[in-house]
Amino acid sequence: MTHWIILPVVLPAILAPFIVLAARYHVGIQRVFSIAGVIAQIVLAASLAWQTSDGTVLLYQLGDWAAPFGIVVVGDRLSTMMVLLTAILGLFVLLYSIGSGWDTRGRHFHALFQFQLMGIMGAFLTGDLFNLFVFFEVLLIASYGLMIHAGGNARLRAGVQYVLFNLMGSTLFLFALGAIYAETGTLNMADLAQRLSSVDPAETVGIRLAAVLLLMVFAVKAALLPLHFWLPSSYAEAPAPVAALFAIMTKVGAYAIIRVYTMIFAPGVAVTAGLHDVWLLPAALASLALGMIGVLAARSLDRLVAFSVIGSMGMVMVTISLFTPESIAAALYYIIHSTLAAASLFLITDLVAHGRGDLRLTAQPFFAGGRRTAGLFFVAAIAMAGLPPLSGFIGKLLILDAAFDQDSMRWIWAIVLTASLISVVGFARAGSTVFWKARSVDPEPDAETFPAPDALSYVAVGGLIALLVAHTVFAGPAYRYATATAEQLFNPTAYITTVLETPGKLSDAKAKDKEEDH
Amino acid sequence: MEFLVASAIGILTAAGTYMVMRLRTFPVILGMSLLTYAVNVFLFASGRLTVSAPPILTDAEVYTDPLPQALVLTAIVISFGMTAVVVMIALGSYLGADDDHVNDPVIDPDAPDGEAKP
Repeated sequence: MTHWIILPVVLPAILAPFIVLAARYHVGIQRVFSIAGVIAQIVLAASLAWQTSDGTVLLYQLGDWAAPFGIVVVGDRLSTMMVLLTAILGLFVLLYSIGSGWDTRGRHFHALFQFQLMGIMGAFLTGDLFNLFVFFEVLLIASYGLMIHAGGNARLRAGVQYVLFNLMGSTLFLFALGAIYAETGTLNMADLAQRLSSVDPAETVGIRLAAVLLLMVFAVKAALLPLHFWLPSSYAEAPAPVAALFAIMTKVGAYAIIRVYTMIFAPGVAVTAGLHDVWLLPAALASLALGMIGVLAARSLDRLVAFSVIGSMGMVMVTISLFTPESIAAALYYIIHSTLAAASLFLITDLVAHGRGDLRLTAQPFFAGGRRTAGLFFVAAIAMAGLPPLSGFIGKLLILDAAFDQDSMRWIWAIVLTASLISVVGFARAGSTVFWKARSVDPEPDAETFPAPDALSYVAVGGLIALLVAHTVFAGPAYRYATATAEQLFNPTAYITTVLETPGKLSDAKAKDKEEDH
Repeated sequence: MEFLVASAIGILTAAGTYMVMRLRTFPVILGMSLLTYAVNVFLFASGRLTVSAPPILTDAEVYTDPLPQALVLTAIVISFGMTAVVVMIALGSYLGADDDHVNDPVIDPDAPDGEAKP
């Protein structure tokens, strides 16, 4: 048993209180520790991903209690990949928040940032449904603080909506967990996957209800129609670096759906037949269409980006809802792309806001640093809209290919392609209004001008764009890795046996139980 | 007893759902608290209802499932903290904007600085 796998959770958990207690009045020290922490996270996550890349499942039993009695932390290909993605995104977001000075506009930005990372990492690594709830709460409570960082009436109001919506999601999560525990007597994911086969097929009401409630909770996180209402105002009003970090939060929902609905309520399980395998696809297609129409209809740049997040989450969910190994692989490739693209777009939006003071889609005089910002927006918009040559296009091709031999192919192709066209028009309109038409507007003589953004801000955004380019250039290896991950997800035997058969305290009792059963 | 607990959960949930759909933050937060009470009782009942039995595995034939109690304890702490957070944020929003409606104000995007429409 290796102890390394718990470190992505423990490290920020130690760092955050340290920053609050010891470095409260020194932004410089906070920045150093925060950056050092995130770089250490990247190294850790990369080594974990390396260890699991051959298909090994890493297991850590907290307090050495054997599953399902104790809590376990499990790392397989999917978890470690998401942890690595979070750590890398965290670094660039942190660089931007330092470069733009966002971290000095309110207190405790760095501490909350570390707590947020702790929650996200924990949600990716845990092997227990109740623990997943706890880590959801950790990441949410940190996000409440980050969401209203730097204050302001509009932000506080959006914050209230965000908190209330997520509190309701948490309540539903608890109802689902209670129902699952009452039906099966366990909350360990691997144990659940095994016990589900022994549920009496005549009395499946409780477990079916729990499966749907759980899907609703994850759909709230993933902003799936009709549970997406919290997203546009909270992402548009949140501070830009926070919105960029939130780009991974919708993916936590997607991750949870992939994990739970390939392992526990797998497509072939008779108990939950006719639920998510029927209803997830229409909802995903609707949110894809709605997101992209929102891109076209938005009247300010921040709302436009927020709606493009809904659209790209719809794209991810369409692919996931097919539940075949090819489609999950395509979804994983697209998740990485969509996280990076959404984060860079939010940061670019902030560069524009920095220069012009507001984000309305109207022609306004050119601002300092506008040329560089325009170039970055052009590349990021191409990526997000899914035009060649960037990874959005490759991701979309993979998705269309995965849907090719499905019954629902006609619907998926029609809506994905139409929605892409709409989003291309929306992004082109926004870009030409904000950047191109600026040349034709003369600045007012007494208008205040803002200095060009800090070079570090451009480094952060440029780094994210460079990662997008790398994701395109190395699409072959990335897709092969995603395929291997999907294969591991559809053969969960290794995961289940590793979790349940690794000895620990009380594993003798479990063996005795089994003997008595037979 | 099952009927009593079940109807308590049902009434709490119904009242909470109704309150959550109100327009102002204060009733919504009250509704959220009712819902969290309901879910706490629900979690407690998920380990079956047993009266006057120890919540520990002993040699005795009858015992209460101890796990839901631990789950409820966690859930109570979390929901209590979350309610405190949402009260603070809602108060800040109310005092700042002098308005405690939950929904977005209708904003005229063409007006400078996003002034609210009258």
